[in-house]
Amino acid sequence: MGRYVARRLLLTIPVLLGASFLIFAMVYALPGDPIRALGGDRPLSPAVIAELRERFHLNDPLYVQYWEYLKGLFQGDLGTDFRGRPVLDTIERTLPVTVKLALAAVLFEIVIGLVAGVLAGIRRNSYFDNVVLVSTTLIVSIPILVLAFFTQLLFGLKLGWFPIAGTNEGFYSYVLPGLVLASGSLAYVARLTRTSLAENLRADYVRTARAKGLPNRTVVVRHTLRNSLIPVVTFIGADIGALLGGAIVTETVFNLPGIGREVFNSIRSQEGAVVVGIVTLMVFFFIFFNLVVDVLYAVLDPRIRYD
Amino acid sequence: MTDQQQLDLRKDAVEAGTTTGLASPSVDVTKERQNSLWSDAWGDLRRNPLFWIGAVLGLFFLLMALVPQLFARGADPRACDLADSKARPSAQHWFGFDQQGCDYLANVVYGARNSLIIGVTAVLVILLLGVLVGAVAGYYGGVTDGILARIADIFYALPLILGALVLLRVGPSTGIPIINSRGPGAVAIALALFGWMTAMRLVRSQVIAVKSSDYVAAARAMGASSRRILVRHILPNAVAPVLVYATITIGVIIAAEATLTYLGVGLQRPAISWGLQIEAGQDSIRTAPHLVLFPSLILTLTVMAFVMMGDALRDALDPRQRA
Amino acid sequence: MTNLDLTKPTAELAAQGTPLLEVDDLRVEFRTRSGVVNAVNGVSYSLGAGETLAILGESGSGKSVSAQAIMGILETPPAVISGGGIWFQGRNVLEMSAEDQRKIRGPGISMIFQDALSSLNPVYSVGFQIGEMFRAHRGMSKKAARAKAVELMDRVRIPAAARRVDDYPHQFSGGMRQRVMIAMAIALDPRILIADEPTTALDVTVQAQVMDLLKDLQQETGMGLILITHDLGVVNEVADNVAVMYAGEIVERGTVDDVFSRPSHPYTDGLMSSVPQVEAKGGRLRPIAGQPPNLAAIPSGCPFHPRCSRRRLGAEAAPGRDCATDVPPLRLVVPGREAACHYSEEVLGVAAE
Repeated sequence: MGRYVARRLLLTIPVLLGASFLIFAMVYALPGDPIRALGGDRPLSPAVIAELRERFHLNDPLYVQYWEYLKGLFQGDLGTDFRGRPVLDTIERTLPVTVKLALAAVLFEIVIGLVAGVLAGIRRNSYFDNVVLVSTTLIVSIPILVLAFFTQLLFGLKLGWFPIAGTNEGFYSYVLPGLVLASGSLAYVARLTRTSLAENLRADYVRTARAKGLPNRTVVVRHTLRNSLIPVVTFIGADIGALLGGAIVTETVFNLPGIGREVFNSIRSQEGAVVVGIVTLMVFFFIFFNLVVDVLYAVLDPRIRYD
Repeated sequence: MTDQQQLDLRKDAVEAGTTTGLASPSVDVTKERQNSLWSDAWGDLRRNPLFWIGAVLGLFFLLMALVPQLFARGADPRACDLADSKARPSAQHWFGFDQQGCDYLANVVYGARNSLIIGVTAVLVILLLGVLVGAVAGYYGGVTDGILARIADIFYALPLILGALVLLRVGPSTGIPIINSRGPGAVAIALALFGWMTAMRLVRSQVIAVKSSDYVAAARAMGASSRRILVRHILPNAVAPVLVYATITIGVIIAAEATLTYLGVGLQRPAISWGLQIEAGQDSIRTAPHLVLFPSLILTLTVMAFVMMGDALRDALDPRQRA
Repeated sequence: MTNLDLTKPTAELAAQGTPLLEVDDLRVEFRTRSGVVNAVNGVSYSLGAGETLAILGESGSGKSVSAQAIMGILETPPAVISGGGIWFQGRNVLEMSAEDQRKIRGPGISMIFQDALSSLNPVYSVGFQIGEMFRAHRGMSKKAARAKAVELMDRVRIPAAARRVDDYPHQFSGGMRQRVMIAMAIALDPRILIADEPTTALDVTVQAQVMDLLKDLQQETGMGLILITHDLGVVNEVADNVAVMYAGEIVERGTVDDVFSRPSHPYTDGLMSSVPQVEAKGGRLRPIAGQPPNLAAIPSGCPFHPRCSRRRLGAEAAPGRDCATDVPPLRLVVPGREAACHYSEEVLGVAAE
C-alpha cells in the first residue's frame, strides 16, 4: 500500500504541472498588457512599466516565465498580484470560506442524498422510490445558476428563512449556497445509493445471509448496506475535491468571498498570478481527494489490493 | 410469444435464480447482438414516459430554434418601446416586456437558437475528439495510451466552467480564429476543449474491453486488419454508451453556456441568449421577477429534455443499470 | 413458540424413525410481467436422518427452486408458494411465523450453494462469516465465535485454519472456499443439509475431495443430506436415493442403484445414454433431442412427450394413456420404484400387470 501511494503521488506530479502550465499558458499568452491596464486612466511612466515588466518576467519567453514561477512555488512563494499583495495571503483569506461551503454541501449530500437513496433502494418501486426518481431527474436538470436564483427568491426573499448573500450569519449563511452547490451531487448520491442497494439485495451473498438464518436487520444492514455504500462513500470522497474547485457560480451569486469568487474576479481583471495560484490549488485538491478515495477503496473493499 | 417476452422471461428466471447462467459460446455476434440490443432498447423506450416527455420537449425546442417566428406570437424581439419597460406579463404579451421594453416572449423564444447551436456543436466536437483519442489510446495501448491518458487527466483536473472561463476571457485578444470571435463558435469550442475527456474514457474502456474478447481474436486470426477490426467490430460496441453520454451532455453544455454568458465571457449583446437575459434580469429580481423567471424556466426545460432522453436511453440500453 | 428442539445432536435422532423432512405436493410459481412461470408443480418426497437424497435434473427443472422454498429464502415476489406443505420434524414450515422459520435456518436446515465466491460476502473475513452463525443463533461473543470458526475450519480440513481465519473469501482457492461454505452450513449441527450443485464450479479432483468431506460429515453427525445436481457421477457415488426432476415435477424415484441400472422413465433413460461412461468405450452417446420446456408454457399431457422417442399419440396410445393429452401420475412401477410415465413397464422391460 505504501508503495502504491508513493507511485500514485509520483504520477500526480505531471498532472499537476500540466494543468498549472495549461492555465499559465492561457493566462500569460494573452497579448494585452495587464500593466498598462493597471494604470487605468492615469498613464504610468515608461520607466515604471519597464520595471514592472521586469519584475513579473513579462519580457521572457513563456517557458522561462513558467520556470520562474515553479522555482517560486517550490519555495512556497506563489508570487504577488499587481498591487504587490502575496497570492498566498489571498488564498489564506478566501480558502476558509470555500472549505466551509464544501463541508455544508457534503453534509447535505450525506443527510439528504444518502438517506433518500437508502429508503428508495430498500423499497424499490414504492411511491417514495418514484418520488426520488422523478425529483432527482428534476434537480439534475436545473442549472446551478437557476437554482441559486430560485432558492434566493423563495427561501431568502419570500420566506426570509435564510440569508441570501455574504457570510455574516455563521452557519446559516452557508445553508442556501451549500444546498445549491450540493444539488447535482446530492441527486447523484441518491441515485447511486438506490441502484447499488437494489443490485446488492439480489446478490448471492445476501441469499446466503438469509439462508444462515440471520435476522432481517442484520441481512440488510451488515450484508447489504455495508457493501452497497462502498461506491457511494468513494464518490462523496472524490466529490469533496470537485466541490472545492467548482464553486465559482455559487460563490459569485451568493456573494461568498471564497476562492471560487476570487478566481473569477481575478480572471476578469487578468490577475495572472492569483488565477494560476488558485487554479493550481484547486487541481491539487482534486487530485489529492481522488488519491484518498483510491486508498479508501482498498480499506473498504478487501478485494482491492494495490501492490 | 414475442422475442421481448422471451427475453423478459429469461431475465426474470435469472433473477429468481431458476436458471444457472451458462457461458455462451464465443462467436462473432456483433451484428446480431447490436440488432437485438437496439430493437430491445426501442421496445423499452416506447414504454418509458420519461423518454416521451424528453423527446417531445426536445423536439419542441428544436423547432423553436429552427423557426422561432412560429412561437413568438408575431412579436419582433428587436422591436422595443421604452414605455413598456419591465411591464408584467399580460394576455397579449405572455412573458411581459424586458428593461428596454421589448416583447419578452419573442426574446426568450429567439434565445433557443444559440443555446441549441452551442449544445449540438460542442457535443459534436467532443465526440470527434473523444472517439478519435479514445480509440487510438485504447487500441494501441502502451506508451501511446499512457501519454493520451495523462493528457486527459490534466484536462479532467480542471473544472469545465473554470477552463472555459479562462479561455474565453483571453480569447478575444489571441489571434486564434473562432476563439477570438466572442460568438457561439468560441463558446462551443471552449466547452468542448475542456469537456472531451469523459467521451474519450468511455470509448477507450469499451475498446479495451472488446479488444480482448474472443470474437475479435477470431477476426484477427482470420486476417482482418487493425483498422477493419476497429471500425467493424469494436466501435459499434461503443456506440450505445457514447450515445447516452452525448444526449445528456447536450443538456450539460447548454447549462454551461448560459452560465458562461451570465458570467460575462460567453455571448455578448446584441446576441439573444438566456444567459444574458438572466444576467440582465437579476438586478430587478424584486420588482420584475418575471425577467429572471422565464428564461430560467425555458433553460431548465431544455436541459431537462436532454437529461430525460439520456436517462431513458441509458435505462433501455443498459438494463443492468436499472433496478 | 416452538416445540422444535434443535439443540440435541442430530445423531441421537437417527433411531426415531420419523422422517426429518416431508415435502408434500409442493408448488411454486413466479408471477412475472410476462406471465406465470410454473417452476415447481407438485413435488413430494421425504428425507430421513442419515439419508442422502439426490435431486437430479437439468437447469430449469425446478430442483433449486424447490430447495429454496424449503429454506424459506425464495424471493417473494416474484415467487409464490402456491400449494403443498413442507413438514420439518412434523411441523409445517409454511404455517410458521417468519421468525420461527428464521430460527430453523442454520440449526435445523442449512444450505450450501454452487458458486462459493459470489455466495460469500467479499468484505468480511471467512472467520467472521462462519462465526456469525454462533452470534446470531447462540448469542456468542465475537471472540468465542471466532474460536468456534477456527474449530470448524479445522473440521472441514482447511490447512492452517488458525492463521487463515481472518482471510477474505477471494484469498482462498475454489475448493477451499467451498469448504468455508460447508463449515458455515454445518456450524450449528443442522438436521438437514441442502447442497445445491456443491461441486459444479470445481475441478474434478477437488470435486471428489469436497464430496468425500460431505460424506464424512454426514457419517459423523447423522444429518440428512439433499444433494441437488445434474452430475450423474456425483449422484452415483454418494446418494442413497434419487429423484429425477423434469419441468418442475418428479418423473422418477428410487434407490440410486435401481434407477441407474434400470431406468423406468424415458427421460432418465435418455440422461443415462447421453453421458459418457468410462467402462463402455466405443458406444455412441445419444443426446436427448429438443430443448427443455418453457416453464411458462409446459406441454400438455406428459411434459416430456415432445422430446420422447417412446411417445404414443392418438390411435397408437392405450385408452386414457395418450402422451399428448393425459398427464401420467407418479406411480409405483415395481416395488421401490415410482415413475411418471404411461409406459414405464416397457422402458423397464417388464410385463404390465
